[in-house]
Amino acid sequence: MPRTGQAAQADQTESLIVPADDGREHLVVVGNGMAGCRAVEELLARDAGRYRVTIFGAEPHVNYNRIMLSPVLAGEKTFDQIVINPCAWYDDNGIELITSDPVTAIDRAAKTVTALSGRTVAYDRLLIATGSDPFIIPVPGKDLPGVIAFRDMKDVDTMLAAAQAGKAASPGDEASNSAVVIGGGLLGLEAAHGLSLRGMKVTVIHLMPTLMERQLDEAAGWLLKTALESRGQTILTGADTAEIYGNGKVEGVRLKDGREIPASLVVMAVGIRPSVALARAAGLDVNRGIKVDDHMVTSDPAILAVGECVEHDGQVYGLVAPLWDMCRSLADGLTDRHTGYRGSVTSTKLKVAGLDVFSAGDFSGGAGCEDIVLRDAARGIYKRVVIKDDRIIGAVLYGDTADGGWYFDLLKKGENVADLRDLLIFGQAYAAMSASGGGALDPKAAVAALSDDAEVCGCNGVTKGQVVGCIEAGACSLDAVRAGCKASASCGSCTSIVENLLALTLGADVEAGPKTLCKCTSFTHDDVRREIVAQDMRSIPEVMHKLHWSTPDGCSSCRPALNYYLLCALPGDYVDDQASRFVNERMHANIQKDGTYSVVPRMWGGLTSPRELRAIADVVEKFNAPMVKVTGGQRLDIFGIKKEDLPAVWADLNAAGMVSGHAYGKSLRTVKTCVGSEWCRFGTQDSTGLGVKTEKMTWGSWMPHKFKIAVSGCPRNCAEATIKDFGIVCVDSGYELHVGGNGGIHVRATDFLCKVASEEEALEYCAAFIQVYREEARYLERTAPWIERVGVDYVKARVVEDEAGRKALAERFHHSQKFSQTDPWAQRAAGDRADLHQHLEPLAFPLANAAE
Amino acid sequence: MTNWIDIGTLNDIPQRGARTVRFEGAKEIAVFRTGDDKVFALVNECPHKKGPLSQGIVHGHSVACPLHNWNIALGSGEAQGPDSGCTPTVPVREENGRILLAHPASIADAANLEDAA
Repeated sequence: MPRTGQAAQADQTESLIVPADDGREHLVVVGNGMAGCRAVEELLARDAGRYRVTIFGAEPHVNYNRIMLSPVLAGEKTFDQIVINPCAWYDDNGIELITSDPVTAIDRAAKTVTALSGRTVAYDRLLIATGSDPFIIPVPGKDLPGVIAFRDMKDVDTMLAAAQAGKAASPGDEASNSAVVIGGGLLGLEAAHGLSLRGMKVTVIHLMPTLMERQLDEAAGWLLKTALESRGQTILTGADTAEIYGNGKVEGVRLKDGREIPASLVVMAVGIRPSVALARAAGLDVNRGIKVDDHMVTSDPAILAVGECVEHDGQVYGLVAPLWDMCRSLADGLTDRHTGYRGSVTSTKLKVAGLDVFSAGDFSGGAGCEDIVLRDAARGIYKRVVIKDDRIIGAVLYGDTADGGWYFDLLKKGENVADLRDLLIFGQAYAAMSASGGGALDPKAAVAALSDDAEVCGCNGVTKGQVVGCIEAGACSLDAVRAGCKASASCGSCTSIVENLLALTLGADVEAGPKTLCKCTSFTHDDVRREIVAQDMRSIPEVMHKLHWSTPDGCSSCRPALNYYLLCALPGDYVDDQASRFVNERMHANIQKDGTYSVVPRMWGGLTSPRELRAIADVVEKFNAPMVKVTGGQRLDIFGIKKEDLPAVWADLNAAGMVSGHAYGKSLRTVKTCVGSEWCRFGTQDSTGLGVKTEKMTWGSWMPHKFKIAVSGCPRNCAEATIKDFGIVCVDSGYELHVGGNGGIHVRATDFLCKVASEEEALEYCAAFIQVYREEARYLERTAPWIERVGVDYVKARVVEDEAGRKALAERFHHSQKFSQTDPWAQRAAGDRADLHQHLEPLAFPLANAAE
Repeated sequence: MTNWIDIGTLNDIPQRGARTVRFEGAKEIAVFRTGDDKVFALVNECPHKKGPLSQGIVHGHSVACPLHNWNIALGSGEAQGPDSGCTPTVPVREENGRILLAHPASIADAANLEDAA
């Protein structure tokens, strides 16, 4: 008969319950959860009569399935439906259950446990199954009423009450019907899903950049975030909680960046920790969890432990499958079988908010590993299998998890998958079908076997017959097929099938297509730029997913290109990705061969002043810069600055009014000038003044490559405007505009664009030219090769002949400049991203002291 | 016996980035954090022309040297693709959210790390 909390109170007078002397050993179990009861079940299955069993539980309930709390919260199940063992089970097996009375102490010498009520019980064998405790982050306000974890039925009841109160709140009272979930792991997302279904407005705050980063890679995490947002949740990643505020009860959460999210309920679901306090106080060996051997025996031979509270062979588990393995070994040990636990390989198959997710093994990749990635954006599916030495070592599946079990099985058995490799990603059914179909293990053969009316391109409804017809009519390349019948011209997921059809139909006559952006994709730069705009893509992971990138996070070629393309397509909207920028742009200075940096402040149009010169001279002395040099672009370059000194250098230069010269960037560098009509006896116009105006208009703009401008005051061209990306040569009657010059490895003189009459026109044509280059050139393509590729007539048609188009281009350039003309040096000098410039502690840890 | 030094938390290193640790009398060490939150440590020098690898673009489990774009595998320190050469690795591990770095003096190849000067 289970004893309730009240009964426990009444028993306080009994100081020691003497076990009925029926000759059997007394097994006392601390913890009435999934591990404790499962261990007893396993024991009963082996030898039902061997032990007399008493179970202590802290909660007022019989044994229930904690994993199913989410469906209870979501309203899909009732508590009764998640009970594993009802009262009758305890009664039928002669188990004494003591609920609502947590064990607070173990006396190993006397072999007794004492509970909160004072009840003391003697044991012959003790089993600790205390599970884990939710981790509460130590922020101010964590103890306010309305801040809870998501761990037991009590928490679920609190959440349901909050949702109920939210419904009753007046419509204007937003906070009352809002909940914040801190933690974007599985538990947090389930809490958010349940609260959302119960009608609350939910915001998930997650510290890491992607959701469920322990189970999912970045691509799958991004898909999950997108799906949850489309269901009305707000997901804030990279969000760090500063405090929970409220007067007497929770009113909201404040983030470290200052944002406030009003809420009447805050659920902390940032993680769990093995519950080891009881074991530690009893003097058992405890590391992260209670240390156990292969038979789940602790450092005290009379005490066993099982479940999330234990550490076996350095591992702590937070999943249910290892727990079943442990319970089997434990019961074997208690009944003298001693099979021994050898640790568990875990997989996670989940339904998060109705979305299928699976992960297993090590999917982090790395040296010697091979990734096979399948992305099907239209169906919302992402699959990734990681192979090493012809064996699967990890897998992540999103959207379609049907093959999770198959991959996990191959992984656990360590089977050689070399023969399956090409078909592995399509799943078990396809691999088996091909294998049984006479060894058709070649993707080409699989394509050959398709019927003529099989749909190849889902986006454009193109059949295999139509593709083959198009090829037979003369299309010899992927691009020609795309142009001819639209197959593979949209999402691109059928590209490999079309390529196989080309190879099958033409044999060796397939023309190599234009160069792809990099080895991570089959798309060209132009394809990627077009699709970013057409599909309104907004982040690097989104592009990689929708365009079927073959690597999990790209490479050093594609990442900077994608970052630029998004920045150009979404001015003011796209959040720049620092990790996708080359070092010079990340550090806002030029890296030199010895790893130090050089710093070039902007001197507008080449002008400077005593104050600026003094500031530069002071910086050179103060930071022992070994060299200062006049650059080819009429600036002063300070060499030999250490990474950690950069912010201080910038602060000093900023104090004299100087800003970054962007001498490091794929961006507008300098506007070189001559002195012009103000002083020069040949000068026809104010070239210096126009240079300053041009530089003020264009500075800070990110470009496909570096971009240089010059303004010369007369045809003598002292500013060398005819080898610049954009050159202005002033003449008596106005301004000659030149484009596409380059003084680099391949010297190229400019093409003449046109002549204009006024400074205003010169500036408008300049802005329009820059914008068409920004929008259409390939990343790392300077204006010279770009113009040779597209033809100067094309540029003239866009910038000179099409007045409305020119004005629209200039307008787009000016719009973009609103967001890019902020001085990066000032931001860094003020402390932004200071971590990039500092060494990690311990700085200068003395080697001699630590040597042993 | 390895002598482990606590150098900070995972969040002290930007994702797909690196930060450096200095020891007197030893070469600077770069500690990397990848996109999937794995941690690696290498001597902060490319085998090619000693470029500071900590400043390169991290992709997958590799880093591209900022000077000449050599690709170095973070796990082994080996140059990838057509290039060859190797940067010494330094044992590093994560425990309870802290990053622990093997002290250069306590690892077997400490001799590699000591500056001749």
